[in-house]
Amino acid sequence: MSSIRVETTINDEPAEFLCSGPDTLLTALRDTLGLTGTKEGCSTGDCGACSVLLDGRLVPACLVLAAEVQGRTVTTVEGIAARDALHPVQQAFLEGAALQCGICTPGFIVAAKALLDANPDPTEQEARYWLAGNLCRCTGYDKIIRAVLDAAAEMRKVTA
Amino acid sequence: MQAIRYEAPGTVDEAVRLMQADPGARVLAGGTDLLVQFRSGVRQPTAFIDVKRIPELVDITIDDQGLRLGAATPGAAICEHDELRRRWPGLAESVALIGSTQIQGRGSVGGNMCNASPAADTPCPLIVNRAECLIVGPQGQRTVAAEHFMSGPGQNVLTSGEFLAALVLPLPDALTADAYLRLTPRSEMDIAVVGAAVSVTLDATGVCTAARVALAAVAPTPILVPDAAQALIGTHVDAAALDRAAAAARAAARPIDDKRGTVAYRRQVAGVLTKRAAAIACERARGN
Ligand SMILES: Cc1cc2nc3c(=O)[nH]c(=O)nc-3n(C[C@H](O)[C@H](O)[C@H](O)COP(=O)(O)OP(=O)(O)OC[C@H]3O[C@@H](n4cnc5c(N)ncnc54)[C@H](O)[C@@H]3O)c2cc1C
Ligand code: FES
Ligand code: FES
Repeated sequence: MSSIRVETTINDEPAEFLCSGPDTLLTALRDTLGLTGTKEGCSTGDCGACSVLLDGRLVPACLVLAAEVQGRTVTTVEGIAARDALHPVQQAFLEGAALQCGICTPGFIVAAKALLDANPDPTEQEARYWLAGNLCRCTGYDKIIRAVLDAAAEMRKVTA
Repeated sequence: MQAIRYEAPGTVDEAVRLMQADPGARVLAGGTDLLVQFRSGVRQPTAFIDVKRIPELVDITIDDQGLRLGAATPGAAICEHDELRRRWPGLAESVALIGSTQIQGRGSVGGNMCNASPAADTPCPLIVNRAECLIVGPQGQRTVAAEHFMSGPGQNVLTSGEFLAALVLPLPDALTADAYLRLTPRSEMDIAVVGAAVSVTLDATGVCTAARVALAAVAPTPILVPDAAQALIGTHVDAAALDRAAAAARAAARPIDDKRGTVAYRRQVAGVLTKRAAAIACERARGN
């Protein structure tokens, strides 16, 4: 029973949807709004595939109720790129081949963007700790961490 | 089947009314325990009462009275608070250990206390810092010391219609500091095999005049260990005093065997962590 009407902002656009009390933000994004970039890995907060920004804060969409986003702002992986160019993190993932099957990638991109917004010059250790809640079964993480640090360097160059 | 409701009250009074009207309702803070338990069928609330729209439940204030930490404040906001981190480094490090960046974006200290896992990370630092739990309910307000809030695994002292509004900590005295350490097999995303929090107060000559020691994951609830504190008080917190504190921690530990550790291992680690956390707290106190 979808009885709750939610008005919110998703990727800088006003959005409206119906949900029921126990529906998660993850289901609302994927099944109701068709924003399937956000992935479901575990639905228990363990894998980070569902990472989104809620009012700018990195959260697992599987542990947020859809009704909670009334009047808030949500950013998903679909909202990370600028209109005409990929975000430097996305570009670095492509150039560094930091993905294989790709299911973890949207979560890593969103989490890495949040890291670089908060800390433009992370050490490798800081990047690894920040991303410890994002699991990847394919890459062995090394290329992912390299890509994030490359993106950070690129972004510092642009703002310098 | 009745639909499960979602309510987002904007005031404490409204939340109390909603809780009182429906005994099956549960408070939703970050949902990092509750929504996992809900989906696995462990908990089936009739309503989620989201308390995060109540301003004082998600607020951090520090004044000459001390710290008032809104129960539903997400861990990330606590870690970002410079003054809180500076005055209560042990509490801040326990929050920073919870789950991942994503989990800290949601999970709260109030939820950590109310969920009452014996291995939870924030109760011990709260206990050593003499935190009071500010509880609101149909009968008004009451406070309970953090060490008395949990009554067993998954159990707390809240009665029907009540919820936790805030944790209230006095300002630390001069030359006082805290520290928290836990042992986990993995450095991130793991649950404590044992946790130890210590707070010490020194005098100008470096003698310990007050101390509190608390242990996690060695008993049905986090425990305060007065004997370990007593071993530090009146000493320069030298090696002999630290050994006596470790022995007291081992003696107070009443752990169980499970997949994370055996009784003997947990008891041993309780001593080691107590000693190390006390040494860190002393080091910090000297700098305060
Ligand atoms: C992947 C993962 C990793 C984790 N790692 C750790 C870890 O390292 N250490 C650790 O200690 N925990 C860990 N946890 C557990 C959890 O994140 C913490 O216990 C967290 O602090 C819970 O807070 P919350 O705000 O999400 O609580 P919720 O899930 O919202 O609530 C927990 C319980 O408390 C009740 N409740 C919440 N707030 C109140 C209130 N104000 N008044 C009355 N009742 C209330 C709820 O009804 C529910 O029963 C982890 C969880 C996950 C999913
Ligand atoms: S799907 Fe949300 S953390 Fe795995
Ligand atoms: S690329 Fe396959 S899980 Fe990360």
